[in-house]
Amino acid sequence: MANATDLIRSVENLKEEVPNLAPGDTVKVHVRIVEGNRERVQIVQGVVISIRGSGINKSFTVRRTASHGVGVERTFLLHSPRVERVEVIRNAHVRRAKLYYLRERSGKSARLRERRDQ
Amino acid sequence: MAMKGILGKKVGMTQIFDEQGEVTPVTVIEAGPCYVAQKKTLERDGYTAVQLGFEEIKASRATKPKLGHLAKNNLPALRYLREFRVEDHSELSEGQKLDVGVFEVGDRVDVIGTSKGRGFAGVVKRHGFGGGPRTHGQSDRLRAPGAISSGSTPGRVYKGLRMAGRMGGSRVTVQNLEVALVDPERNLLAVKGAVPGAREGLLVIREARKTSVSKRRR
Repeated sequence: MANATDLIRSVENLKEEVPNLAPGDTVKVHVRIVEGNRERVQIVQGVVISIRGSGINKSFTVRRTASHGVGVERTFLLHSPRVERVEVIRNAHVRRAKLYYLRERSGKSARLRERRDQ
Repeated sequence: MAMKGILGKKVGMTQIFDEQGEVTPVTVIEAGPCYVAQKKTLERDGYTAVQLGFEEIKASRATKPKLGHLAKNNLPALRYLREFRVEDHSELSEGQKLDVGVFEVGDRVDVIGTSKGRGFAGVVKRHGFGGGPRTHGQSDRLRAPGAISSGSTPGRVYKGLRMAGRMGGSRVTVQNLEVALVDPERNLLAVKGAVPGAREGLLVIREARKTSVSKRRR
């Protein structure tokens, strides 16, 4: 008998390729939205403030500041077919895994220092 | 077949996405291949049923009576034998091999397993009692059952009163689960929702006895 974990994994419809996201990344998420029987792609741009879970259950939260300084957060399942593509625009130097402190900040203090590796 | 049924082992739970991106929680079951070990007939046994065997084991691990019983149909040594009551089993022959192909995606099934043993459990866990107050000078009342009877009348505790005791480890049936995936090649079956028992536990999967409204709607 095969290993139980392997059997379970074989059932999960994981995406073959997923972007390598890190907290602090500025991303553009291409989301498929079905309106009635029409389908379109919406783009959500913001900062990844949290990555949680593993395997098929892995999800990430994107925070962006909409008009009048109102913050909007959306959480996506990384392997969901609704998430068509994730573009990483910018990496940032951050010192923690969850950037919830950005919720209390706005303007200048909510900036993140850019990370330039290699 | 008059009634569809198969034996399997719980592998574990996960979730799958459909094309719309909806997530379905599923339990993965390693089901079959099963062998028809015996057909019970009205004339000989007084009722009609199909006995299925599941999971090949080393012959040295099986009892000799079991080996003899299986040898009648040239079957290998099997760990489990379970009966399914059916009206008519003329389509099946003894020794025949069955796999998960008897089910298809969208079918409704009942899954029978042995629930996880919880040992000697109190009344809060076992029967969902609320327990006692936590404050106002209470001590030792947090998970207490409360009063169990009145005084001189009736002067005894009624039979069947829900009290602490052994919990779990009993036969549990979950009805009307939707089949989410069938893979005869790998002997895998996935049903929507949870299923009783621990991983590796034996499961009896049969066609749903009662069909719910939700199936007709779908």
